[in-house]
Amino acid sequence: MPCKTVPLSAAAICVAAGQAAAGIDIPIAYLEQQVERPAVLTNLDRPPEDIGLMGARLGLADNAQTGSFMGHAYSVSEVVVPIGDDWLDAARAALAEHRILVVNAPAEEMLALADLPEAEGALIFNASAESEALREEACRANLLHTMPSYAMRADALMQFLVSKRWTDLVMITGQREADIAFAEALRGSATKFGARIRAEREWDMSSDMRRNIGQEFPRFTQDFPSHHVMLVADEAGDFGPYLEFNAWEPRPVAGSAGARPDAWSDRVEAYGAAQLQERFRRMAERSMRPVDYATWAAMRSVGEAVTRTSSADPDTLRAYILGADFELAAFKGAAITFRDWNGQMRQPMPVATRTALVAMPPMEGFLHQSSTLDTLGRDRPETACTAFE
Amino acid sequence: MIRTTVSALALMALSAPALAQEVWISNERDQTVSIIDVQTMEVVDTIEVGARPRGIMFSHDYSVAYLCASDDDTIQVIDVETREILHNLPSGENPETFTLHPDGRHIWISNEDDNITSVLDVEERRIVAQIPVGIEPEGKAINHAGTIAITTSETTNMAHWIDTETHEIFENSLVGSRPRDAEFTTDDKRLFVSAEIGGGLHVFDTETFEEITEIRFEIPDVHPHDIQPVGFRLTEDMTRAYVALGPANRIAVVDIETYEVLKYHQVGRRVWHMAMSNDETLLFTTNGVSGDVTVIDLVREEPIKTIQVGRFPWGAAYRPAGS
Repeated sequence: MPCKTVPLSAAAICVAAGQAAAGIDIPIAYLEQQVERPAVLTNLDRPPEDIGLMGARLGLADNAQTGSFMGHAYSVSEVVVPIGDDWLDAARAALAEHRILVVNAPAEEMLALADLPEAEGALIFNASAESEALREEACRANLLHTMPSYAMRADALMQFLVSKRWTDLVMITGQREADIAFAEALRGSATKFGARIRAEREWDMSSDMRRNIGQEFPRFTQDFPSHHVMLVADEAGDFGPYLEFNAWEPRPVAGSAGARPDAWSDRVEAYGAAQLQERFRRMAERSMRPVDYATWAAMRSVGEAVTRTSSADPDTLRAYILGADFELAAFKGAAITFRDWNGQMRQPMPVATRTALVAMPPMEGFLHQSSTLDTLGRDRPETACTAFE
Repeated sequence: MIRTTVSALALMALSAPALAQEVWISNERDQTVSIIDVQTMEVVDTIEVGARPRGIMFSHDYSVAYLCASDDDTIQVIDVETREILHNLPSGENPETFTLHPDGRHIWISNEDDNITSVLDVEERRIVAQIPVGIEPEGKAINHAGTIAITTSETTNMAHWIDTETHEIFENSLVGSRPRDAEFTTDDKRLFVSAEIGGGLHVFDTETFEEITEIRFEIPDVHPHDIQPVGFRLTEDMTRAYVALGPANRIAVVDIETYEVLKYHQVGRRVWHMAMSNDETLLFTTNGVSGDVTVIDLVREEPIKTIQVGRFPWGAAYRPAGS
């Protein structure tokens, strides 16, 4: 059913149609801006090129199956914009044909897209950018977020650490933009939940850890104050994976490496997740990544809203998704809903190593007056977003 | 690992155990079935079975048990006297749950990974029909007249109404998120469907297919997220429903005439499914996370015993004495 190849050399559009049925047509665009992958130390982990796209395809297949019983025909136009091509041209073209978009792009491109005059009244899902500003001072009424923010991920990890009483922390940060943003979120979370980052150090990437692991890291971490856990903000997985077992003190690593909080992990198994993992693996021939989960969740949110409202009108769908009746079963144990003050999808988040699930925050005991899921990330009283009022 | 039939000679050498009332429990992560003697309330036997055992039930004459060995893609037939696996039946891929048609011959199966409902003829030992349904088919029910089969699909959020003669879907009812179990009332006039993430028990009129009501649950000090209705049973006299509420660790007692929730029984952790004694005085619940079975006395209206079984007990089936 979905189209097989996506030419990556030029912006290509390929339409994958769901099961045809009379009734309502729901055309959706999957729009992706390809980005430079940061160079990392190891050459072994090459990320697949179809991250995000495969999640959208699975979401389409799931929607189409339901649609076949309802007379709802879903289709997805896949638009992948290569590095150097004009993002906004591609975005305008997609918006000319579609009012519902699932987008996999950095925060800057996401915002530029949402601000296009053609995007007014469209329903756009951010399935990739974790930027806090995009949900706060730079939030946009036409932009919902299925990807959790840095703050949500940091809060998930910090709740776990605090629930273990591992509150004395040190942190090593990388120098890339994402590392700085995640480190900032971890600092905020530590303050929020009563943990203490006793020392921080920046890793300058100047040595080759494949050769020098055993010499560099013990010295680098030797004079850290005593701590329970070593945090690492290294989102690209550059040096972080080498920290464990090579620091001066034998302490667990968490953050970007070690126990990592994310929108999704291929280690999630409970709550029927094994079925989602299996469906995804059969289709993509690899495991599901966080951005795949976010694009899938965006597609499924549209599907759920169409099923319940029998409408493909973006305003109707947006109102339903942000409303009290919306709930999506999304394999993380709790019904998924959206924050009506900034369009962020509420969700439990796995904290997992590469081999096993560690915890699925929100942790027990972190209470909230309306939804425990709102203990993760910025809550209604603190929001700087006004576009949803 | 699948055990096969032992030789006839070996069978004769075994003294046939006296048939007491029993409850059979499938242990999802242990590849075993635990057998509880209802009189002593103890596990008297543990049988090794196929991979990821889930749905379990007895034939109408209680001579054999049928078991979904999900990861072995088969339904195993187990002799109740000898506890031996007699043979494996074709089931389609990844059978999760099933139900036996009133004719005693056809088993309707949910094939979780394939979006299919399979119909198995146990006499001819072959699949006679495969019906495409929504994503992640789960709950199965057949009305007492044997004319309508229901499959719920967890991701499609529907109950599919299937004509058992033509094997065609003739109606689809939307329900709350992640529908799990389904059952008809004794008079076939109402269909009940549980929705795990939606958090309700839906009641449909079987003539109009319209929803009559959705029963909701509220428990002090339990977060609404944790109230997840999964397995349930209706009583023969159509007065009560017993509903397993998953991570709320409770069984709800519902009056199905007034649709009022009467009581919540505390049971083990993450309660999935249950079996009821034929006289409807005892309920046996499978508590997945705590690895045990809670026995509830339905006359005194209280839990009376917890029985340790295998890892992740999932399904439960009751067998009366002397059968």
